[in-house]
Amino acid sequence: MAGDRPDPEALLARVKEEEARQRRGKLKIFFGAAAGVGKTYAMLEAARDERTDGRDVVAGYVETHQRPETDALLAGLEPLPPRSVEYGGTSLRELDLDGALARRPALILVDELAHTNAPGSRHAKRWQDVLELLDAGIDVYTTMNVQHVESLNDVIAKITGVVVRETVPDSVLEQADDVELIDLPPDDLLERFREGKVYVPDQAQEAIRNFFRKGNLIALRELALRRTADRVDAQMRVYRREHAIEKVWPVTERLLVCVNASPLSARLVRATKRMADRLDAPWIAAYVETPAQLRMPQEDKDRVVQTRRLAEQLGAETVTLSGRTMSEAILAFAHDRNVTKIVVGKPRRSLWQRMLLGSIVDALVRGSGDIDIEVISGEREDATPIAPVRRRAIPTEWAPYVWATAVVALASGVAWLTLPFFELANLVMVYLLGIVVVATRYGQGPSLLSSVLSVAALDFLFVPPVYTFAVSDVRYLFLFAVMLVVGLVTSSLAARIRTQADAASQRERRTAALYAMSRELASARGVEPLLAIAVRHISEVFRSPVVVLLPGAGGSLDAWSGGQFKLDANDLGVARWVHEHHQPAGLGTATLPGASALYLPLQAPRGPVGVLGVRPPDGHAFDAPDQLHQLETFSNQTALAIERAQLADEAQDAQVRIETERLRSSLLSSVSHDLRTPLATITGAASTILESGAKLDAQARQELLESVREEAERLNRLVQNLLEMTRLESGALQLHREWHPLEEVIGAALSRLGKKLSGRRVHTSVPSDLPLVPIDDVLVEQVLVNLLDNAIKYTPAESPIRIMATSTDEAVTVEIADHGPGLPRGEEDRIFEKFYRAQPDRGRGSGLGLAICQGIVKAHGGRIWAQNLPEGGVAFLFTLPRVGTPPAVPADA
Amino acid sequence: MPDPVVVLIEDEPQIRRFLRATLTGQGYRLFEAGTGADGVMEVGSRQPDVVIVDLGLPDMDGLEVIRRIREWTAVPVIVLSARGQERDKVTALDGGADDYLSKPFSAGELLARIRVALRHTAGASHESDEATFKVGELRVDQLHRRVQVGEREIRLTPIEYKLLTTLVHHAGKVVTHQQLLREVWGPAHTEQAHYVRVYMAHLRHKLEGEPARPRYLLTEAGVGYRLTAE
Repeated sequence: MAGDRPDPEALLARVKEEEARQRRGKLKIFFGAAAGVGKTYAMLEAARDERTDGRDVVAGYVETHQRPETDALLAGLEPLPPRSVEYGGTSLRELDLDGALARRPALILVDELAHTNAPGSRHAKRWQDVLELLDAGIDVYTTMNVQHVESLNDVIAKITGVVVRETVPDSVLEQADDVELIDLPPDDLLERFREGKVYVPDQAQEAIRNFFRKGNLIALRELALRRTADRVDAQMRVYRREHAIEKVWPVTERLLVCVNASPLSARLVRATKRMADRLDAPWIAAYVETPAQLRMPQEDKDRVVQTRRLAEQLGAETVTLSGRTMSEAILAFAHDRNVTKIVVGKPRRSLWQRMLLGSIVDALVRGSGDIDIEVISGEREDATPIAPVRRRAIPTEWAPYVWATAVVALASGVAWLTLPFFELANLVMVYLLGIVVVATRYGQGPSLLSSVLSVAALDFLFVPPVYTFAVSDVRYLFLFAVMLVVGLVTSSLAARIRTQADAASQRERRTAALYAMSRELASARGVEPLLAIAVRHISEVFRSPVVVLLPGAGGSLDAWSGGQFKLDANDLGVARWVHEHHQPAGLGTATLPGASALYLPLQAPRGPVGVLGVRPPDGHAFDAPDQLHQLETFSNQTALAIERAQLADEAQDAQVRIETERLRSSLLSSVSHDLRTPLATITGAASTILESGAKLDAQARQELLESVREEAERLNRLVQNLLEMTRLESGALQLHREWHPLEEVIGAALSRLGKKLSGRRVHTSVPSDLPLVPIDDVLVEQVLVNLLDNAIKYTPAESPIRIMATSTDEAVTVEIADHGPGLPRGEEDRIFEKFYRAQPDRGRGSGLGLAICQGIVKAHGGRIWAQNLPEGGVAFLFTLPRVGTPPAVPADA
Repeated sequence: MPDPVVVLIEDEPQIRRFLRATLTGQGYRLFEAGTGADGVMEVGSRQPDVVIVDLGLPDMDGLEVIRRIREWTAVPVIVLSARGQERDKVTALDGGADDYLSKPFSAGELLARIRVALRHTAGASHESDEATFKVGELRVDQLHRRVQVGEREIRLTPIEYKLLTTLVHHAGKVVTHQQLLREVWGPAHTEQAHYVRVYMAHLRHKLEGEPARPRYLLTEAGVGYRLTAE
């Protein structure tokens, strides 16, 4: 049954996976519930065993905390000298990644996988160092505690009350070839802790003491055990799949988690990740953009980006949906993608908001059909704070406030003038008009000011008693209140419109910039112009100099000549890293943030095509997520365009190859025909003479012998032409230029044709003062012979031939004209093509003669062409450039 | 005079067969060699009147064969080579060969070359060039330094005259640019091939009825010149 066999596609994917895995180094993680369970000790013991087995083991970075038994274990291993980093006046010791890569041991020990590297290191995190070591094919032993697992981060924070900032993505743990759980019962661990056998940094004494409580330790141990058990379970499934014990595990579940700007979203994402792991299901993190979100505070926008990054790190597919309402967009997408379970947070809207606006959860549940809706508690968590996003502060502008005041003054003036004609209530309208004007022109702040000023001015100037802020009638207070509320609502509405308009126009500007670039890219041909367009656009949009690096021959990465800043050795190193690892690096990223520019891989569907470098002029990183995102979009566009150009080049090459192939086969057929015909004649004639020579009369014999000779000559010409053509095309043709009088070359050609010209009138007109020309006489003679030969072949036997040479400052032109039938119209250029015959039925030639002429003339830097003559016949003309100064000839006495 | 002796050094049996038929039919005594080494031995032992050498031999370069022959004898050597190898021909001629023939050639051309070669040997052995050279309308009287075309007296400059008499001396044979330069301008000027070309053009304008279609002063492109002898 077909169903029992593994799918061939899946098999192939697995084979590839397997191959990639074999090239990579092996990662073994010594995994524990907490500090002090003996991970480092176990790692060192395992390493010693490996070394006893003869493996090349190096201790890359091991923290023994001066524990004697651990130190003793380390003593026998070759240490890698640590890298010292000066930071904040202290010297920090870090793993020397480059040293490790250069040393290339078979196995390296790197303690504390979750460690954060000192600023100035290549990578922000040690686990990134480890991945690079693995990529280089080096096996790694490392240690890690359960609290550092990204997806468990929040759970642990809840259990222990300690937020762990150093996390390792789950994907690293999942990539590990081996995870060895180092388990120690909580009581034993506490015992060790009390004995001082667990290293505790001085400044964290108190926190650690709270941490090392039996309840915490039990919970952590359970988590560590369960995480390891999950892993074993997953391994079992993989094993079954690989050995086809079961059908390929059917993907039945697909999870969708909705994220928004809420700090709870991170928790939702982690919870979904855990859920997906248990179900072995793919999951999607969706963010819905609704019109309301346009005026979200920047902090919230940043949080959305961070949450999505977290989801991506945890292995989710992330999508951005847009729709009128959140529930609509999510349900439509979920149905499209066959999602089985939607995970949402508990509603945060208050009761009256829900009654007024409805609840997303309610809407989802109503429209979900057979999709399960999972609601996760909305308890506030102390999640990892969002890394602050640096943004230049917008300086407060004072002018709008001055204008707001002025508008109120103006309104007061108008009200004063109209006072005699209107009721006091009508004057309120004048002030409201002013507030609306200020709100639409200057935004929220100034309009608030104008609202307050307006109320004050009205009270002071017009409400009795005038010229005081006192109010005689309480009803006026109601008027003031209404006026103030109307002013505030107006200004908030106007401000919202402004924000929306701003956001829309900003979005439009970006879209327009992207559109402009892609339109220009689409019309560009070739990689060079394309790069010029991309560099110009990107530098304009981001107001920064831009460089592009392209892979060169032999695997090097070279700066494209059109770049806008010079790369130093350091930048070049960053760019190379980006190209090799297909990840952004440099300024503003977690990798090599010390670089002066940000480098992004130009990632095309077929693979990386280069690296894009952008150097912000003021040294500020592009850390606003939307800006980064946009830069990525631009670089993707560029990469696609480059790949397209490369594909076009390849297609053209293929076309040329096909063309060459076609020519070759037409050459073969033409040559075989042209060779066989004379051979048939020669063989036939010769055998006739041999076999019946006695019976033939003298004349018949003579004729047969004549035809043998003629055909042999024809064969000779053909072979000569073929050889000549081959020499021309193979580039083996070498010009032996010397200074020649053309007359002599013409004379040589005419004498070579000798008998064939008998009975022809040949008019030669060569001026006696024609200068010497620098030519290869043998080749030019060949041109003349071929052209004259054609004239003889294609014109009536008695018709005259004219040879004329003229000279200008640049070149000497030779013309050979006949009085034959001329060329068919429009064929004047085609006759120079190989194997082309103007009159195939009369074809006695190989169709190579003129092609050879063209080749020789071009090699001399000249031009050859044909034109029908008005008086009948055709003229072939060619030029021979007069390069250089003719040598002097001493006068003869 | 006994039948002239010809040594043919050529590795292609088909060409040897064709030349054997042609030459023995014309009364020459032919000795053949298939390799350069054999050929040099044949030349040493047969005392030939003419040697014909193919430039492409299996065991050694035709040029090397000529060099070895030239170590002890001035026998005329005619070189056979393919068209398009003009540089090789020039090297062979400057290296001691007397004339050349491009393959493929007709029996008539070969016999004419051999006749010219034999005539030159005969002339050299009589120790005196014929004082007056005649071909067609052209008469060169070296005794009186007079050149005539038909009845017309031609005035030549000293270099033109020297050039003409050098060609007359080698009449019927090809003379390379190098040889002409050396004999007319002296050994210091062997690089100035254009001298020869320019003076040759002058000569043609004075001697030929139609200088662009010469009858007497023929050009062998890439090799040199030949004064028609018959």
